[in-house]
Amino acid sequence: MIDFEPTPEQQEAMRIAHDFAKELFRPVARYYDEHEHENPQELIDRTWGERNKGTLALGLDVTASLRIEELCWGDAGLFLCVPGPGLGGAAIFASGTKEQLQRFLGGFNEGEPKWGAMAMTEPGCGSDTSAISATAVRDGDEWVLNGEKIFVTWGKRAAETPGALVVVWATVDKSAGRAGMKSFVVPAGTPGMRVEKLEKKLGIRASDTATLIFDNCRIPFQNILGNPEVKKTDKGETKGFKGAMATFDATRPIVAAMAIGVGRAALDFVKETLEKEGITIRYGIPKHKLTSLERDVLEMEANYKAARLLTLRALWMMSQLQPNNLEASMAKAKAGLAVTKITQKAVEIMGPLGYSRKNLLEKWMRDAKINDIFEGTGQINMLIVARRVLDYSRDQLK
Amino acid sequence: MISFSPTEEQRMIVSMAKQFASDEVRKVYRQCDETGEIPSSLIDTAWKMGFTSSSIPEEYGGPGGEHSAVTGSLIAEELAWGDLSVAMHILCPSLFVHPILEMGTQAQKDKYLPMFCDATFKPGTAALIEPRFGFDPYSLSTVAQSDSNQYILNGGKCYVPLAADADVFLVFANTGGASQGFIIEKGTKGLEVGEREKNMGIKGLATYEVSLRNCRIPRENRLGGTEGCYFKCIMNRSRVALSAMAVGVAKAALEYSRDYAKERVAFGEPIASRQAIAFMLAEMAIEIDATRLMTWEAAWKLDRKEDATREASLVKAYADDMVLMATDRAVQILGGHGYVREHPVELWLRNARGFVTFDGMATV
Repeated sequence: MIDFEPTPEQQEAMRIAHDFAKELFRPVARYYDEHEHENPQELIDRTWGERNKGTLALGLDVTASLRIEELCWGDAGLFLCVPGPGLGGAAIFASGTKEQLQRFLGGFNEGEPKWGAMAMTEPGCGSDTSAISATAVRDGDEWVLNGEKIFVTWGKRAAETPGALVVVWATVDKSAGRAGMKSFVVPAGTPGMRVEKLEKKLGIRASDTATLIFDNCRIPFQNILGNPEVKKTDKGETKGFKGAMATFDATRPIVAAMAIGVGRAALDFVKETLEKEGITIRYGIPKHKLTSLERDVLEMEANYKAARLLTLRALWMMSQLQPNNLEASMAKAKAGLAVTKITQKAVEIMGPLGYSRKNLLEKWMRDAKINDIFEGTGQINMLIVARRVLDYSRDQLK
Repeated sequence: MISFSPTEEQRMIVSMAKQFASDEVRKVYRQCDETGEIPSSLIDTAWKMGFTSSSIPEEYGGPGGEHSAVTGSLIAEELAWGDLSVAMHILCPSLFVHPILEMGTQAQKDKYLPMFCDATFKPGTAALIEPRFGFDPYSLSTVAQSDSNQYILNGGKCYVPLAADADVFLVFANTGGASQGFIIEKGTKGLEVGEREKNMGIKGLATYEVSLRNCRIPRENRLGGTEGCYFKCIMNRSRVALSAMAVGVAKAALEYSRDYAKERVAFGEPIASRQAIAFMLAEMAIEIDATRLMTWEAAWKLDRKEDATREASLVKAYADDMVLMATDRAVQILGGHGYVREHPVELWLRNARGFVTFDGMATV
């Protein structure tokens, strides 16, 4: 049955997440924006504890989407400090064996806070993930990794915290193209993996974004995710690459959920400010009677709703075990662009209140923009949607 | 629990509506637009599917099905995908029946609902829109004045579908500052149906101007009796129905322009293999899905008997823009071919432009 009512458990999850966002995230949001690369230790410890109690668990389902929206309503940068298996975990879930799941992720339910990062992007390739040049060479019982990875979200925490891990994408056979692309789990502290630098960013400054260098970094042979053999299938696709793409089907709606949280924060701020000024936004009146301000706010709200429902659908499909490649990209493309526009419009409407660093709105505008870029830019997601709509391969639509 | 899956029963109704739209409606829609006539056999076939009568309770002679706005939205999308004029014609009697069903007095239900349970199409209609700039459904110029045991109606209406054939009208008028519904039967003195209107689109649908000159009706003909009706809800149902129809029209435009773009070769390749074209199609697909989900959410709220004004008005405005964007893109993708009447996209663009005007011309 078509239904939009969260279950009582989901409502409780939203309430808890919202309280955290309000009490734990919002009060320190500005501080960690202005003190980039400082560690929000208290927030990390608290959220880690809650996560292991189950109150802030972030799976890949509708509940996760609802929680993430609330937390990112609090602060998207700080949300990206919340410990957990993250994108690395998603990759292991997507293509790891049962044994690997246990070996790599077992420790994520105990002990000190840990992070799982995914290292894909390189200086020479972003969205074109098949052009990866990092290499993995087999040497007996080990793989030897070499290369440079950039823009690794929470890369420093994942590379240096005991028990944490980084999933690295590398090619075992450059001549095989996509078929040679594999992913490898590198435990934190493995010799040969080091943090080269931390990016200074437009927004989500609380989140560390690292460059990782792999210099003859040796890991056990069993740390490869998926099949180690380079085997082309009929369509020229491979399991390894498909593993990466399947990961995106899971993580793109999650990023979309983050985006709508930021968008709602901006929308709420605008509405609350207008309300204080005695200005109400009227619903259901004819277009020619709307003020220009009302038109803007209604459009922002409709776009927020559109993005939110596409996001919930993509995650709902995932929890129903339905293929959601199209819907995941739809959600990500819509949400990334929608919140970019919503937050920019909000700054415009609020004038000096929007532009001033006394309020968080200008920060949300800076934070929002990343959602149209990471986990596949808006354009890449449009390309995926277009290919699906047209039933075209990537050779037919470049 | 949040779910995007229609029920088994809804799937069956949708598949029936879809098949009818694709097998029957799509055969004649161009001819309907050119001649202004919809074959009565087509309407009769649709009538037998019970889109209007299915929710009339057994005590009035109907099948007694559930009256669901979600189901209504699913049906409206499919029919409008077939053709907007045909969809609005088929669903026109609901403009009269559904408000009676939801808000009518016992006497109104007893008197009017059985009329719509026969096997042949029964035209009933509603008159809301007024022919002036600045039309506002909440501030109508048509006035219903109370006079002892009667109401006297004065004013002018336009875009009243099937008015020439309708046996019963639900006319919305201003009474004491509020918009309320009044039941007027055909032949009532002072009710005059004018010439058929000539519009840019929905040319297959017969719409008329209707004027009311000292039109006297019994007091009990006010919809909902002395308490009146919840007009907001009528507006919200209209918004949901029109949003669903906009999704149907936009989907038709997407499919047609997509297929064309895959066949049309320019510079040695199908034009669909160029991002300039492909991205237009992708955006259409995303916005169509987004609008559909927003429509469902508003309909779901209606079915829960909650105030859906926010959701319904947001999605309606969104759908107005979306369907214009999608149909305009479809014409653009077909280029010169999109401009000629051999292809349907120009028809869809003309129909799409009307959604912003069609308040009260459809309901779920």
